[in-house]
Amino acid sequence: MTQIKVLGPGCPKCKTTYANVIEALKQSNIEANVEKVEDIEEMMKYNVLSTPVLVIDEVIKIKGRVAQVNEIVELLNK
Amino acid sequence: MFNWIQHFADWLIYSVFHIDAETHLGIALNFFVYDTLKILILLFIIVFLMGIVNAYLPIEKLKDYLNRKKLYGLEYFFASLFGAITPFCSCSSVPLFIGFVQGGIPLGVTFAFLITSPLVNEVAIAMFIGMFGIKATVIYVASGVLLGTIGGWLLGKLNLEPLLSEWVKKILDNKMQQGEYEEEKLSFQQRLPGITRGAWDIVKGVLLYVIIGIAIGAAMHGYVPENFFGTYLGGGQWWTVPLAVVVAVPMYANAAGIVPVIQVFVAKGVPLGTAIAFMMATVGLSIPEATLLKKVMSLKMIAIYFGVVTFFIILSGFLFNVLL
Repeated sequence: MTQIKVLGPGCPKCKTTYANVIEALKQSNIEANVEKVEDIEEMMKYNVLSTPVLVIDEVIKIKGRVAQVNEIVELLNK
Repeated sequence: MFNWIQHFADWLIYSVFHIDAETHLGIALNFFVYDTLKILILLFIIVFLMGIVNAYLPIEKLKDYLNRKKLYGLEYFFASLFGAITPFCSCSSVPLFIGFVQGGIPLGVTFAFLITSPLVNEVAIAMFIGMFGIKATVIYVASGVLLGTIGGWLLGKLNLEPLLSEWVKKILDNKMQQGEYEEEKLSFQQRLPGITRGAWDIVKGVLLYVIIGIAIGAAMHGYVPENFFGTYLGGGQWWTVPLAVVVAVPMYANAAGIVPVIQVFVAKGVPLGTAIAFMMATVGLSIPEATLLKKVMSLKMIAIYFGVVTFFIILSGFLFNVLL
């Protein structure tokens, strides 16, 4: 199953990204494990400089901005 | 350039709503409509332009530049400048801090970035142009970058590494040699939709603050008597600068909301230097930021950081009051 992680210390942008992921999964009928990573130490393992970050199957897909629903759907269908 | 907005505001308030131009209400409403439209247009333009800059100079590339180039002391200035051009998000400040020191960038240089990043950002610039004009904006930006440069340099000299959190020290002990940043190869046409959407998101995000700030400003503009602050709050007294700064440090307000209010302060007799110092302390330092930084540094280090920045903000306030 696809593993999705949203990295971000809980700012509004990170919450929007998380909500967009849920919406994208609903639209594309894909099942996935979605995890919100709010712990800084955990986050830094991905070596990111700006949040929010969208990680799909341990690969950083989008960083530093809110990922849009259609973008996520596209990424999931790849 | 903005004449047509004034005509529109006049027409809307005086002709459509039939509110007398001689009344307080008429003046306040006209001011509100004019300022809101002007600021929103400016905001979108500036944020959009900064979006283009950022698409070509993302933070990873800037960090890489600071890492590789020998800058002979200029690295503080560059870090401060980079802090000014990257969009600021308070929730990114901690990952940024860690990412910088992890990549081997000296603590002082990291601080230079961290000081300027919230101080000078696209929203503050747009608000300043709209409210105070180009000259004041240039002074604000230049002094913000200078403050970051000097503040970062000084903090670097203080050897604060022992005051970092334990887990951050561990990271420092085994610095990772990171691969060079790979740039996304996209044409301008491909980037444009993303940049436009990003700009729109930022404007949407601060819209409410702009409207509230201008509404408060407009209300004060119409009702607070001329030179009120000059007369009652000791306008130009020397102690007003440190007082304004100390009051503003714990507060946090979005640049979008605070600038319109400050503009009225200035219009009613507060010296521009005092107002700029107040603004810098409000957007640059705050309790919420201190809480975030608590994760990576000790309270003592936060106190030193805040102390140094506060000192320089007060200093620049004095300087502006003399120069302007």
